[in-house]
Amino acid sequence: MSPSARPQTLVERLDALYEYDREPVHEKKLHGGKTFIAMFAGEHVAGTEFVLGTLLVAHGVSAFDALVGLLVGNVLAVLSWALMCAPIAVRERLTVYWQIRKIAGPYLTIIYSGAFALVLCLLAGAMVSVSTTAIAHPLGIESANYAAGERWPSLPWMGLAAVIGAVIAVLAVLGFERIAHFSKVCAPWMPLIFLAGGVTGLSLLGVRSPGDFWEVAQTRIWTGVPFEGQSKYGFWSCVGLAWLCNISQHMGMGDVTIFRYAKKWYYGFASAFGMFIGHYLAWICSGIMCAAFMESARAAGVASPNPTPGNIAWLGAGWAGLVCVVLAGWTTANPTLYRAGLAFQAATPNWSRWLVTLIAGVVMIATACIPAVNFYLDRVVGNYGLFFMPLGAFIFIDYWVFPRLGLERNFAERHRLRASWPAAVGWFGSVIVCFLLFAKDNYAAFHGLNDLLPAFLARYRPDFFMQVLPEWLLAVTLYTGCSFLQQRRLRPVGPPR
Amino acid sequence: MTPMRTALQTISFLGLALTVIAPLLAWAGGISLETNKTLLVAGMVLWFGTALFWIKHDPSANA
Repeated sequence: MSPSARPQTLVERLDALYEYDREPVHEKKLHGGKTFIAMFAGEHVAGTEFVLGTLLVAHGVSAFDALVGLLVGNVLAVLSWALMCAPIAVRERLTVYWQIRKIAGPYLTIIYSGAFALVLCLLAGAMVSVSTTAIAHPLGIESANYAAGERWPSLPWMGLAAVIGAVIAVLAVLGFERIAHFSKVCAPWMPLIFLAGGVTGLSLLGVRSPGDFWEVAQTRIWTGVPFEGQSKYGFWSCVGLAWLCNISQHMGMGDVTIFRYAKKWYYGFASAFGMFIGHYLAWICSGIMCAAFMESARAAGVASPNPTPGNIAWLGAGWAGLVCVVLAGWTTANPTLYRAGLAFQAATPNWSRWLVTLIAGVVMIATACIPAVNFYLDRVVGNYGLFFMPLGAFIFIDYWVFPRLGLERNFAERHRLRASWPAAVGWFGSVIVCFLLFAKDNYAAFHGLNDLLPAFLARYRPDFFMQVLPEWLLAVTLYTGCSFLQQRRLRPVGPPR
Repeated sequence: MTPMRTALQTISFLGLALTVIAPLLAWAGGISLETNKTLLVAGMVLWFGTALFWIKHDPSANA
């Protein structure tokens, strides 16, 4: 059998898929700051912003929690991009795939890629679900009201989601250059529709002058009282959600893939345009629209109002609002599905791009038909962020701290290890420990852990969204400690880099 | 910059301006909420009807 005919291993296929990105970006291909401003401003106004702003209202955050907590959380997110992600990106100029491969080895990189593809399908499904609520509205098809106990949507709703999902999957198969152009056109308009919906919502809630805002915000929007059956969120939940929401991209280093094209490290601050338009303005406006919708519906005698993206956008901005919901979902679901197909392609036995993308599309459509995904979207986003973040922490420590400790950088690559056990211990160890510390007080099956833990840990009550910091610290401590053990046992091949 | 492009851009920005001004007018009581929603649709048509032709796509910018 010739070498070319030899069946490729999973690692070889994955490497071949990313072969083009193996070398650092050439200086001629670097972009100026405007590119990154446009990219962030466009990419972070997604259909899911209609859901997350609504969830904060439903979980009973106060006006101070929402306005100040989100401000603090978004500042932390921007600082994470600017001070942690972008500086390494412009020095190494490699994709996150190759950075992880160098320090964690190919096997852990496969787990990362496969899990990330699944998460991308989930997120694309959430976006299809958002778009479906908008198209269902004028057609008179009711979206499932999960809070009122409706666990599955109606058959017509599922049919509609399948059609929308199929269109998105087909477009992703055909390539997304045209969609990328259309997304660029949508970018300046969509935030203004959020703003328009927010201002209209304030009118409906009785804000007649700027002086009325704070009173209405405290008593009728972010009242501090959760909806029936919802848990209570506070200030730190808002800080944590805003920080955690894109953590796989900043502290998790996913966006080194984007910032490797930046001329300067401080282009990382361009992320502020995405955060403060998409995750501050849009979340606040969707919260206002949600509160206005709930009041209007209750005044009309609806016992259990269903604040779907379609319903709140219709109230706030009419047909333009519905179009905004559809486009916000569609323009982000499309590249998300395309990337999921790319990642899945590596894990299949030479299946064509169209086939894996269509299979990813089926997973996306199935996800779109599960209302629980959007009802718990904040938790979904939080869990996936916490799962992927430790690998970014290792990239950060490997680059900045290892040389100062006399440890070798990129140990897995230099010693041709299939998997770095310090990275495995640091990754899975930190995720599992943080999960158990949260679960011991929040899931009945884990309550018994409190009897086994030392008193100081039994008393520890972490906010779900604020596990970022303890998990980061635990991950780097485990990774660094295990790396000491590993490198002391193995003779280095050369001087530390 | 060609006159055609300038005209298209002017109409585009008028569409965006309408999208901002209409809800503010409704809030101030100058127009009804229904008129506000109609103006938002008009703003949307003006924007998409023109911006598609002058906002260029640079594939290499998709880093």
